[in-house]
Amino acid sequence: MTSISASSLALSAAMAVAAGLIGSFALMRRMTLAADALSHVAVPGIGVAILLRVHPLAGAVVALVAGAVLIWALESRTRLATETIIGVVFSAALAVGALLTTGEELMDALFGAPSTLSLVELVAGFVGAGSVILFVLLARDRLILMFVSSDIARTAGINVRRLSLLYLLAFAVTVALGLRFLGALLMGSLMIIPPATARRLARNLASMLAISVAVALIATLFGEWVAARLNRESGPMIVSVAAVCFFLSLASRRAPGV
Amino acid sequence: MPVKTANAVEVDHLSVRLGDVDILRDLSFSVPLASSVAVIGPNGSGKTVLFRALIGAIPHTGSVRWAPGTRIGYVPQKLDLERDLPVTGRDFLLARARLASAPPSAIERALTRVGLAPDILGKLVGTLSGGQFQRLLMALALLADPTVLLLDEPTAGVDEPGQERWNDTVRRLQTEGVTVLLISHDLSVVMRFATTVLCLSRDHTCFGIPRQVLTPEILAQVYGEPVGLFVHDEHLR
Repeated sequence: MTSISASSLALSAAMAVAAGLIGSFALMRRMTLAADALSHVAVPGIGVAILLRVHPLAGAVVALVAGAVLIWALESRTRLATETIIGVVFSAALAVGALLTTGEELMDALFGAPSTLSLVELVAGFVGAGSVILFVLLARDRLILMFVSSDIARTAGINVRRLSLLYLLAFAVTVALGLRFLGALLMGSLMIIPPATARRLARNLASMLAISVAVALIATLFGEWVAARLNRESGPMIVSVAAVCFFLSLASRRAPGV
Repeated sequence: MPVKTANAVEVDHLSVRLGDVDILRDLSFSVPLASSVAVIGPNGSGKTVLFRALIGAIPHTGSVRWAPGTRIGYVPQKLDLERDLPVTGRDFLLARARLASAPPSAIERALTRVGLAPDILGKLVGTLSGGQFQRLLMALALLADPTVLLLDEPTAGVDEPGQERWNDTVRRLQTEGVTVLLISHDLSVVMRFATTVLCLSRDHTCFGIPRQVLTPEILAQVYGEPVGLFVHDEHLR
């Protein structure tokens, strides 16, 4: 890849904003393991879609939504059981996906495959990213209360089950948005590393969200630019830039008690 | 003709089963409006489970009927928060105030009512002491102007002056007509505070006024061993 189209760059920026926002709440919810595993479930979806000769992204979206609903259904069980089942089911999904897809297709599914964007893909991408960003901004207060205490949220009149499902679906959509740029293996990292960096630096929720979005944007845009310059895959470069941001944040020390 | 007292909540044949274990079995009681109920019992007797069933957080059989227009303020026993999570007292209270359509001034009023200084707003909730955090949760509960408060061992791990401040806050709310349900291990607090006591244990439940319930015989049945509580008449109203 030697050049990046403006529309692709804009879509990747929208994806990064969505990832930075939705990932911040994943960190609050301590679902980073589930988040990473969920992104892997896209691979068998892509495999089946290729077999059926439909758009790979359509297969990925179906698989991701199914994965999100599975996590949601398991949430009423104990935490340990949930994490075990997620670990087993989603690792198995990755294995099955790897069997269904082969060679270059598998590499594309795992690490992303920037190709020319069709108008439909572009519109679907912006609608998806816009929906996720809007959801987080509108549901922010309810998400804070639910992730701090679902019982307090319930007494505040919040439909915890529904909000939890909406959050997981927004998460699945964000993973789908990132498949083209980072692939199923690395997209989870863009939803975890920027918020983890922000947590080191932020002094309140607003600054955490802002820093998380900024790190995701810097990692994505700078990563894509460097990848294009060096003729490398964009996904690994984006995650590498994000990881550098995280390690730099380790050097900072927040004032105690603030 | 006797006037039927309005109840804040009516619980009918409530049972909760978690896995293979019956946590609560066929529990029935009513809580009159503006009364104070203390829930006592040994560890594992289902006190917190009862509260969570009352707010609809866990599956149960039987019925829980709240009075129309009930607004519940719930203060859980403890929250498993990470210390470095960048959520401040302000983030937390503002989220609740906005949901309740309460003006920002309601936050200052709620802090005053629970005896917290405004500087708590800038602190991360994970760095607060046990007592500070409990009072922040109480302020959060008060933001929505609750008609019922559910307090799950609010003073566990809180120092003596902190407990006194807490008890004063609860007493003030009682005089304002708020119905209070309180889980407590401190039987002296229960004696002073409660109009009714609900005791839970594996084999024995009881519901009545403190003078009838907090007897050495019943307490021994509830806790499975003799409990040293001396009931003085001056504590009973």
